[in-house]
Amino acid sequence: MNDWHYRWRKVKSSMVSGLCLVCALVVITPLALVLFYLLKAGASSLDPHFFTQLPNPAGEPGGGMANAILGSMTLLGLAGLVGIPVGVLGGIYLSEFGSPRMKWAVGFAADILNGTPSIVWGIVVYALVVLPMQGYSALAGGLALGFMMIPIIIRTTEEMLALVPNSYREEAFALGIAHWRIVLNIVIKTASRGIITGILLAAARVAGEAAPLLFTAFGNNFWNHKLSQPIEALPLQIFTYAISPYDDWHRQAKAGALVLILLVLALNIGVRVMTRGRAPHLAR
Amino acid sequence: MNAGAISVTTGPPAGTGLAPPGKAGDRAFRLLTWLMAMMVPALLGLVGWTLCKGSALSLQKFGWNFFLHSNWDPVNGDFGALWFIGCTFVSSLLGLLIALPLSLATAVYLTELAPGWVRQPAMSMIEMLAVIPSVVFGLWGIFVMVSWLQEGPYPLLVRYLGYLPFFRGPATGFCVLSGAVVIAIMILPIITSISREVLRAVPNSQREAAYALGATRWEVTRLAVLRYSRRGIFGAALLGLGRALGETMAVMMVVGNSDKISASLLAPGNTLASKIGNEYGETFQGINLSALFELGLMLLLVTVVTNILARLWIGAVGARQHSGI
Repeated sequence: MNDWHYRWRKVKSSMVSGLCLVCALVVITPLALVLFYLLKAGASSLDPHFFTQLPNPAGEPGGGMANAILGSMTLLGLAGLVGIPVGVLGGIYLSEFGSPRMKWAVGFAADILNGTPSIVWGIVVYALVVLPMQGYSALAGGLALGFMMIPIIIRTTEEMLALVPNSYREEAFALGIAHWRIVLNIVIKTASRGIITGILLAAARVAGEAAPLLFTAFGNNFWNHKLSQPIEALPLQIFTYAISPYDDWHRQAKAGALVLILLVLALNIGVRVMTRGRAPHLAR
Repeated sequence: MNAGAISVTTGPPAGTGLAPPGKAGDRAFRLLTWLMAMMVPALLGLVGWTLCKGSALSLQKFGWNFFLHSNWDPVNGDFGALWFIGCTFVSSLLGLLIALPLSLATAVYLTELAPGWVRQPAMSMIEMLAVIPSVVFGLWGIFVMVSWLQEGPYPLLVRYLGYLPFFRGPATGFCVLSGAVVIAIMILPIITSISREVLRAVPNSQREAAYALGATRWEVTRLAVLRYSRRGIFGAALLGLGRALGETMAVMMVVGNSDKISASLLAPGNTLASKIGNEYGETFQGINLSALFELGLMLLLVTVVTNILARLWIGAVGARQHSGI
């Protein structure tokens, strides 16, 4: 009896172990499914036209997403102008000057902002910029993405600066260097790789966002000549094409999704390689 | 580490002839960085204020009534959000119901069972899943997942459980349940990664004590690890729920976007986020715009409250630093 019970417990343990392994495989499956599907369906549609041409009128096959690719880059640049200075300088304050309570409060606010749904950013910027300016614009889109970058960059910058050994700062103080020069010339320099990876992570995150752009950048089938005009972005165009009724647009949406996902994965893998063994909690 | 704690007595000893560094630069730099750090709470305030101001008209006109009925009628200017609230919570909770056991089992596998060389690569792959853009999941949802669900599981649900109002056909594939499945996939990584941190924080003495009593591996996991960390796991689930509630693009692309009320999970629905997203490109004014902002305000409130609860909860069990990005 006792022996039987013992064996049953062992069997149960192995069964649960097996079940856990199966679950782990199930969790990884979607990644594989999405990647393989896009490689299969998207790769064949990638041709030079895709990168160089404007979209054709609705329903007409051919054309490309050149304007969306350039638009995404423009938007990322604008977002960086908003997100990088605020995030990096704010992170410097938290790490170098902030009191523990202030750190907690700002960090908490950053975490909350980080969890704010992207569509909410869209309508907030719609109210702040699009309505007063009476029109969708690249500026509004860039601002929405920039807002989303701030909490990510401020968090990573703070963490990265905290990794700089205190002895560096003490040695510089002992030499009689002003605090702000120490921060700029020594602390930032030491942590520069980490700060850049934080910026790249934030860029990778917002590069794939379509929801905040619906109400701000809006989309545009042509080249954008003015930042006060609507602009196309890769994720937006993937969305419009994917829900359209045209087969050729579906094909291009898949190609666009492949480009987008490769871009985002490349950025993330780059970050991982750069930070290997340095800050395991960063690259999440 | 707190660099700010270093106290400095400036200036070299008298007689060396070097002037101490000026204070002006320090003050200016400190002020500049302080301003930037304060932008974060200010931004949070700005988001809340903008949405409150935008929805003032609707809040005034409908009051609590906004939450109590489901009539969304721009022509007559009558708005109610009950249907969207219902869809949001049903799809998110169902998504969580699917994702939580899978994530938890994966976290157990990665901390307790897997051989050492598997753990890091497997976790990296799961984290890769987290960076796939929402719109890409939506596209995959439209072209692969929905048609698969529509051919495989949905007819079975209709055939065997169709007598329940929740599984009444016809199953077009674009429905609340598809939204839940996409949400589940998208919150798997965050729940897995936080549960894993929580499980890793369980002291080894817990496991050793249970092994010493002769427990099998599963008993150790169940009694010494899972029970010990159940609060942290609850926090992870809440954080996942916060993500789920606000998920926009992927849900919008598979949920069907219908304002027509139905008890069936296989009928199209519309979540708060997808409803807002779907209104893009329209020109609004007055009460219509205001009602839309009120949807946004509600979405902000539910996600913020869930997030705050989750973070306080996880903070209370001492894993706050792991709850980050």
